[in-house]
Amino acid sequence: MKNLMKTSVAALALTVGANAAAAEGNLVLYHWFEYMPQEVLDKFTAETGIEVTMDTYDSNEAMLASLKAGAIGTYDLAVPSDYMVSIMGSEGMLDTIADGELHNKGNIAPEWVDVSFDPGRQSSIPYQWGSTSFSVNRDVYAGEIQTTDILFNPPAELQGRINMLDSQGDVTALASLHLGIPQCSSDREQLKALNDLLQGAKAHWASFNSDTAKEVLVSGDAAAGMIYDGFNSKAREEGANVEYAFPTQGYIAWMDNVVLLKDAPNRDSALKFMDFLLEPENIAAITNYAAYNAGVTGVSEFLDPALAAQPEKNPHADAGNGVFIQVCDEATQAVYDQIWTNLKK
Amino acid sequence: MAAGAASGGSAVTDTYKDARTWLLLPAWLTLTILVAAPVFMMLIYSFLTKEFRGGVIWEFSLAAYDQFFFDRGLFGDDPAKIEWTYILIFWRSIWQAGAATILSLVIGFPTAYFIATRPEKSRPLWVFLITIPYWVNLLIRTVSMKFLLRDQGPLNDFLINIGLIDSPIHIVNTNFAVQLGLFYSYLPFMVLPIYAAVERYNFSLSEAAADLYATKATTLRRILLPAVKPGVIAGCILVFVPSMGSFLAPDLLGGAKNFMIGSLIEEQFKGNAGNWPFGAAASMILMSMVLVLLMFYARQQAKSEKAEG
Amino acid sequence: MATAKSAKFDIKAYRGFKAITLLCLFVLYAPLIVVTIYSFNASASLTNWEGVSFRWYVDVFTGPESGKFKTAALNSFIIAIAAATMATTLATLAATGMVRGGKFKLRSASFGLISLPLMVPEIVTAVATLIFFNAIGFDRGIMTILLAHTAFCVPFAYLPIAARMQGIEDSYEQAAMDLYANKRQAFTKILMPLMMPGIISGFILAFIVSLDDFIITNFVKGAGVETLPTAIFGSVKQGIKPNIMAISTMLLGLSVVMVTISYFVSKADNTK
Repeated sequence: MKNLMKTSVAALALTVGANAAAAEGNLVLYHWFEYMPQEVLDKFTAETGIEVTMDTYDSNEAMLASLKAGAIGTYDLAVPSDYMVSIMGSEGMLDTIADGELHNKGNIAPEWVDVSFDPGRQSSIPYQWGSTSFSVNRDVYAGEIQTTDILFNPPAELQGRINMLDSQGDVTALASLHLGIPQCSSDREQLKALNDLLQGAKAHWASFNSDTAKEVLVSGDAAAGMIYDGFNSKAREEGANVEYAFPTQGYIAWMDNVVLLKDAPNRDSALKFMDFLLEPENIAAITNYAAYNAGVTGVSEFLDPALAAQPEKNPHADAGNGVFIQVCDEATQAVYDQIWTNLKK
Repeated sequence: MAAGAASGGSAVTDTYKDARTWLLLPAWLTLTILVAAPVFMMLIYSFLTKEFRGGVIWEFSLAAYDQFFFDRGLFGDDPAKIEWTYILIFWRSIWQAGAATILSLVIGFPTAYFIATRPEKSRPLWVFLITIPYWVNLLIRTVSMKFLLRDQGPLNDFLINIGLIDSPIHIVNTNFAVQLGLFYSYLPFMVLPIYAAVERYNFSLSEAAADLYATKATTLRRILLPAVKPGVIAGCILVFVPSMGSFLAPDLLGGAKNFMIGSLIEEQFKGNAGNWPFGAAASMILMSMVLVLLMFYARQQAKSEKAEG
Repeated sequence: MATAKSAKFDIKAYRGFKAITLLCLFVLYAPLIVVTIYSFNASASLTNWEGVSFRWYVDVFTGPESGKFKTAALNSFIIAIAAATMATTLATLAATGMVRGGKFKLRSASFGLISLPLMVPEIVTAVATLIFFNAIGFDRGIMTILLAHTAFCVPFAYLPIAARMQGIEDSYEQAAMDLYANKRQAFTKILMPLMMPGIISGFILAFIVSLDDFIITNFVKGAGVETLPTAIFGSVKQGIKPNIMAISTMLLGLSVVMVTISYFVSKADNTK
């Protein structure tokens, strides 16, 4: 008991000490979980003296909801995916970066400059890009996995042992690929089919969880699960015998972007951080950590050579196309929201 | 805990009668501004128009309640039928919370009774033993439970090692796990009021019954239970109400696969749905249900006080 | 006499109740004990046991996430101390008004208002508070958490304080006033010292409720403001890690210490 108390007192003393450190500036970052190595933040602080505070979220939608509920104006930067950049833009949540404000803007890889969700990169810079699909524990199921049937019409070995991402956009997009219908369909038959497909498949799913998408595969709680490509290579590193699938029906492609939020309390620090992330060496450190791909020129010399050879980075010849998630209009979205609620009821 | 304890009026004196208003003012103000006003604001929000992707438009609308009670099909233009989705979610919450309450009662009543019949000196120690885990963060308790129960967790390991089972029992991500988590979260709320009631119970009544050749079971059912009923009801309410609104247990132990009320409401503000008026309406409905339940309790309480004379 | 006594014991005892009580304690403690044991596991893996080690405790204070947890712990303690202090003050004054203020019309309404946070499910309070701060344009941050916690903690502080005050006869104060003490003196010199055990349990109760709160905090916290529960939630959502178990064990220790203090405070009082 005495020791415990000592520990607690020590904990308090330490926290007081930690907060006493004066900062030359602050930066408040709203970021995905497990997506930013602490060393990169420490390096930024060492270079600029700016202290970084980071909050994390587990889905684009959760981030948007939180900003809408009053958090806008308290964060400087967020890291939405492609489609969410468009949504945030239309919601007026993004600040415009004037010409010349970002010194390293020229480092953005040419193919990622004029992107549909932010033409000319007015408010965003590339963070990482990759794919979302699913992987299967090969100890449990040895059969064919390059098909979305694994999720929506699973073989007996996998039934009841599948984890889905708790993300409406990712699940409905993959289900649409499975059915071969557009993502923002207004065709009633297609929407009904989508609804029925998800209702039927739900019986085979164990859980909806994005945060533990990797953990459930590593621990064996799930035998198959939707997952991001880099997350899957981490799962393999942690000992799971999981194979990432590039289904013939297609898979989800995405790019996460660092955006400058409207009313950012530390706008200058935010721009400095964006410049910092456009340095090939820094963004490469993140790529090496997260095992995705950077959208900056000149990163290759800093990248871990093993990364390029990973199976998650090399779709097989029969793989379908990678498609970006689309933004639907309000009326169409209402139907998809209803389908999602039906699914989770 | 002993919710009704301080409401009794017998010990009231008027020493500081003159200063009463000033003594109560800070609490009145704080709770009016920070609890009553927000609840009222929530009521207003439930009648506003939803803004696409979160927030409200200040226009009167019944859409939130309409969405709750009426099903207009996937596309919103079918003739209105009764919407079972949300009723089902509420029903599931009631069912899960009810199962957890019964589980708590089945375990909690004998425990409370056992403690209350210990020698007076050792009773506080027993109460202490029951309450300590409650002071550990709810989140941590729920997570610990999950850790213990998971397929590769210590419980399954243990059962496999002693040869009781061959393959792990799936507990996590089932309804039972949620019930177990709720039971675990709120058990002391069941034990304490029953304990208080049994402790006050006059055992000479049981003796009298025994003298009249009543069996132990009869004595328990006909004499003891009616006498400690208020404590039992209080315990049930104190377990049931927080269980209904919880979202940690369904989220962590249930795999977030099936909504309960708490997760449904949370989703409207922090998740995919972004429908504030609907979240506010669902909160209002939940709160109304709980208040009805509490009124029922208050009436029972008043009745039993009257009966005691 | 002896027969009567044994008969009485027979009537009180029901077979199996002791076993259920022990089962109950087992269920309550098993998960916590398991987590405590595993927090000393040398292995980074959750399933393998590789010997006793304090590495995860060291990790909590020096590891990559230590900064986050230190700030969160500091926030939690600051908020809990401030909210409990304010709630206890409000509750003590209110209890005096309610218990020593004579009967008045709004008495049951006042009691209803004070216990409102107990009657409304926590998720509803959380939603209402979020909507409220949003509607009045109050910037979310540590202040919003503090205000919400203060209000939420009032009934938890109030109940033990009022219960205690009802147990104290006002003859002490009357006697003091007969000896020419004024009301303020009677309150501060007589009632308050007698009330101390109640006030301390009220404070501890409020402190722990605030320290423990996740749902409301999660709804009203602002950018970059984490408390221990929200920080832990953020971590455990991605899976239970050994460092979380170490933190849990320390919090368990802290709670045990707090409850023990409150137990002995009330016990010391009973023996007086």
